[in-house]
Amino acid sequence: MKKKLWEKLTPGSVVLEAGNAVKFKTGSWRAFRPKWVEENCIQCLFCWMYCPDMSVNVKDGKMTGFNYDYCKGCGICALECPGKKGNKAIVMEQEGK
Amino acid sequence: MGKIVAVTGNEAVAEALRQINPDVCAAYPITPATDLMQRFAGFISNGKVKTEMVLVESEHSAMSACIGAAAAGGRVATATSSQGLALMWEMLYIAAGTRLPIVMPLVNRALSAPLNIHGDHSDGMGARDTGWIQLYSENAQEAYDNTIQAFRIAEHLDIRLPAMVCMDGFIVSHSIERVEYLDDKAVQAFAGEYKQVNPLLDLEHPKSYGPLILTDLYHEYKRAQHEVMTKVKGVVLDVAADFKKMSGREYGLFEKYRLDDADIAIVILSSAAGTTKDIIDQYRDKGIKAGLLKPRLFRPFPYEEVAEALKHVKAIAVLDRADSFGGYGPLFMELCSTVISLDKKPLIINKIYGLGGRDYMPDQAEKVLNELTEIANTGKIKIVKEYIGVRE
Repeated sequence: MKKKLWEKLTPGSVVLEAGNAVKFKTGSWRAFRPKWVEENCIQCLFCWMYCPDMSVNVKDGKMTGFNYDYCKGCGICALECPGKKGNKAIVMEQEGK
Repeated sequence: MGKIVAVTGNEAVAEALRQINPDVCAAYPITPATDLMQRFAGFISNGKVKTEMVLVESEHSAMSACIGAAAAGGRVATATSSQGLALMWEMLYIAAGTRLPIVMPLVNRALSAPLNIHGDHSDGMGARDTGWIQLYSENAQEAYDNTIQAFRIAEHLDIRLPAMVCMDGFIVSHSIERVEYLDDKAVQAFAGEYKQVNPLLDLEHPKSYGPLILTDLYHEYKRAQHEVMTKVKGVVLDVAADFKKMSGREYGLFEKYRLDDADIAIVILSSAAGTTKDIIDQYRDKGIKAGLLKPRLFRPFPYEEVAEALKHVKAIAVLDRADSFGGYGPLFMELCSTVISLDKKPLIINKIYGLGGRDYMPDQAEKVLNELTEIANTGKIKIVKEYIGVRE
């Protein structure tokens, strides 16, 4: 992204463009990556509800995976995931392995 | 036209706020500004203004609510003093950095400890680096006039910065003086319709206030904020010219009193300037060329103009009603930065006076003028910074 000169800034650092956080990809912050284990998923959508970002992809009411452009790897989804018969549908794996 | 009344400084400023009729006011009472806001709250209760009053639990919350209301798109005012201003400290920077034109009468009072409710400039001087515009007033008339002008200055589309209107606690805020009020309609026409800039309540155009700005842009935002401050002087003078047309009363960046041919000069803020002028008259009668400079606009400080006004003076005493412990008085530091640009630098000394409401008496001004006369004659300064009016 091209950096602005001081003369070109919006007064008072007001952000005039709604929803421009989409341009700020935070996925690179991640140290642990959530991995979806589809066979253990009961489609409860707890992960979608608990995600503090919007990094759980849902299509037609079903969880379909993660958006790794924005997922910071906080692990809340994995913690909340009830899984199936004690087996988690989301597990955290170290990045780069 | 308006009318002539006998009122306190607080009453006069409350009247100015009534005439302006801001959209929102969030305030918390603190001596000696309590009476100002109490009177204004009375106007709200009696339906004299349409202002939405937000009663909050502290001054930090008062300034926070003012910031929210100003960002939402309202014309906003509050008032405070001393510890109240100190408690607002964090939010003062946010109001200025976010470029929100909040107008705040500040009834200058000493800071604790020891606890003291009386007038000095410690509170205002502590806020000099916050990015707020600061106007200092000598008397109730100036406080009233400055409050009305402050809205125009702060809200100017080239400026959009918050402004403090300072007056001395008790000495001005609680003393009854002759004040000329302007006509309601004239004041309202002068202030004009409030012009919103990027209001949050414009729901068709959603926007964010207060983003996190790190190393890649913060420096640029501060550079932009500095640039805005450089434009304030011009706007203050334009607004003063318009104000003169309406009121007949003249304002500048500072007031000069018998200064143009002076050999020695006192630089002093606010109410003590009045006392000093009387003594300068006495010295003039004795044939001593004494003069006075009373800054009105303290932030941004008009360095070039003050230097021009003082360039012929041989010796200057800067009288500060606040101290920077381990440093010099804050006004003195500005005057040193001012005279540094002069080829022929005047000799300059600093006196700290009147802390915690200690009376500034005529004999103090006399002693300072006597010392200045000696310095002008000998070219020698004995002591740069000294407390006066202190028991020793």
